[in-house]
Amino acid sequence: MSFELLEKFRDPKLSRKILDKMESGLTKDLRFMEVCGTHTVAIFQSGLRSLLPKQIVHLSGPGCPVCVTHDSEVNAFLDLAGKDNVIMATFGDLMRVPGSNSRNLKKAQADGARIKVVYSPMDSLKIAKENPGDLVVFIGVGFETTAPAIAGTMKMAREQGITNFRVLCFHKTIPTALEALLMDVHSNIDGFLLPGHVSAIIGLEPYNFIAEKFGKSAIVTGFEPLDILQSLYQMVDWRNKGEAHVVNNYKRIVNDKGNATARGILYEVFEQTDALWRGIGNIPGSGLEIRQEWELFDAKKEFGITIEEGEALPGCKCGDILKGIKQPDECPLFKKACTPANPVGPCMVSTEGSCAAYYKYKLD
Amino acid sequence: MSDKVLLDYGSGGRASQRLISDLFLNYLGNDELNRLNDAAELDMSGRIAMSTDSFVVDPIFFPGGNIGSLAVHGTVNDVAMMGAIPRHITCAYILEEGFPMDDLESIVMSMGHACKEAGVTVVSGDTKVVPKGAVDKIFINTTGIGDIIVDPAPSGDAAKPGDAVLISGTMGDHGLTILGTREGLDFEAKVETDSASLNHLLVKLVQDLPEVHVLRDPTRGGLATTLNEITYSSNVCCELVENDIPVKAEVKGGCSILGLDPLYLANEGKFLCILPQEHAEKALEIMRADPLGKGACQIGTMTDAHPGKVVLITQLGGKRLLGMLEGEQLPRIC
Repeated sequence: MSFELLEKFRDPKLSRKILDKMESGLTKDLRFMEVCGTHTVAIFQSGLRSLLPKQIVHLSGPGCPVCVTHDSEVNAFLDLAGKDNVIMATFGDLMRVPGSNSRNLKKAQADGARIKVVYSPMDSLKIAKENPGDLVVFIGVGFETTAPAIAGTMKMAREQGITNFRVLCFHKTIPTALEALLMDVHSNIDGFLLPGHVSAIIGLEPYNFIAEKFGKSAIVTGFEPLDILQSLYQMVDWRNKGEAHVVNNYKRIVNDKGNATARGILYEVFEQTDALWRGIGNIPGSGLEIRQEWELFDAKKEFGITIEEGEALPGCKCGDILKGIKQPDECPLFKKACTPANPVGPCMVSTEGSCAAYYKYKLD
Repeated sequence: MSDKVLLDYGSGGRASQRLISDLFLNYLGNDELNRLNDAAELDMSGRIAMSTDSFVVDPIFFPGGNIGSLAVHGTVNDVAMMGAIPRHITCAYILEEGFPMDDLESIVMSMGHACKEAGVTVVSGDTKVVPKGAVDKIFINTTGIGDIIVDPAPSGDAAKPGDAVLISGTMGDHGLTILGTREGLDFEAKVETDSASLNHLLVKLVQDLPEVHVLRDPTRGGLATTLNEITYSSNVCCELVENDIPVKAEVKGGCSILGLDPLYLANEGKFLCILPQEHAEKALEIMRADPLGKGACQIGTMTDAHPGKVVLITQLGGKRLLGMLEGEQLPRIC
């Protein structure tokens, strides 16, 4: 989309109008959660957070892939980095994620581990071809957004006969996590801004339970300030009328039916499994694992990796923050023991984590 | 000479001498350097600005420049930011065995052109060749020296509440060019480094306006990092207006693809000028009269609202912190 067109979604006058209208319609607090880390950043980066009425309580949900990656998953990829004849390929945001004993990939790299930051999982295949004597392991972290690209990479590897490529699969799926959140009585969420990118793949249908079963609203929303404001205003309005709906406001990108081709590739290679989410724990059916037919590419099988619930990081409130029970600055470690230089939990390390966004953008 | 750099060229023997006379003196030679003494003999007195920088950029060639021109621009600019006229530089090359001689010649030639443009002479140099793998192709260190012509010299701790914050042009061009070239990304619209020596413009500026409080080039870490350093040192708050910060559309586009913020990307041919508001118009006039400052504009004001912090007034009219990055910007998952 052209920048000229995008500018219209950032119009200060129109934003002010919606903000005023929203404020006059507010009869009590509205606790809304944006599921996606990109929304978290957009809300802060645009300055929108400083303009929202006090009664709009803004919570950041479990939609930052780095933040919900479980400690034992982090430890698993850190254990692999540095093994002889292994080259790890990863998206950049995992480089500083802390594992046990404050290990991370940056430090592993300094100790000699071979780690390549890639922009696309396809880049891993190039690395694999250039290093035929090594095994290239791509760390598969993310949601329905990234999983199809990784599935596509595995298909490409098979077509090209590349045998020294593996995927360490920690993928998770969003709707199941939202259901777990809504089941938690402490969360107390009035409505969701649904993630644009994930929804572009899965469509609207998987979210219908939010209104049908829980009587809450949820809106697939774009990432510009006016996208976000429009959705928030609608949620205030519906609540005042006693209604709950699940709708798509991001039609310029998201088809209500999602992307069937991408889903086809995804489920050709992956199947649903249970997954551990940081701070939330095990959510049945919320993960993706590599199907048996594709096990040649499965790093978990190759190295016999199993993921088990370990002990939570002491003091870290990432779990409560991801569930919307606490705000980042209510964590006793925030800005004290936990900073971007020395992150305790992953919500501080990821650029899309809510703690990092608070630290980076919020004026005291 | 061989078409590749051999370990012999750093031995100090005849091979080294040939490299120096045939290549380095050919492009960088001057009366002082040609004497080939162990040290340069310089006639300088008064207050002197001196700065050193090492250049390890990857890729070494990029649209609009290369490591050789950059090594001159970077150091010349650092000296000039002190309100000084850069006079001389030294340069030390560390070369990887097997480095193509043609590439070395292009780099030294660019360095020669850049020195000429900036009006500085190379007065001392050194070349080392290390075994393959000991460095990545070529590293260059330059040190510059110049005469300070204003008193007090501009300084990062001299910003005051009420000062205007001016920038000489668009942000992020160099950083995006380097990252884009490194990743082999072909941007639809051409992006090019802004690398240039700013000393002639800066000298004119401080001569006409000695009231300038701070001059700083927003290189590594970009505008955001540089302003954070200044607000911290000066204990003032910088209120920046997002709408007023110039960023080329193609740089915005490239950044949005790569998940980068242009305010944290390096610039190599731009500077920040912080001075009392009443002199801002005059400063902008001087800057805009020079091709290297034609995009100059005011982007913010120093206040005492949040000392040590940079506050961004967003396009939407909201306010947020513009902090320092923890490390390098890293590509995101989604």
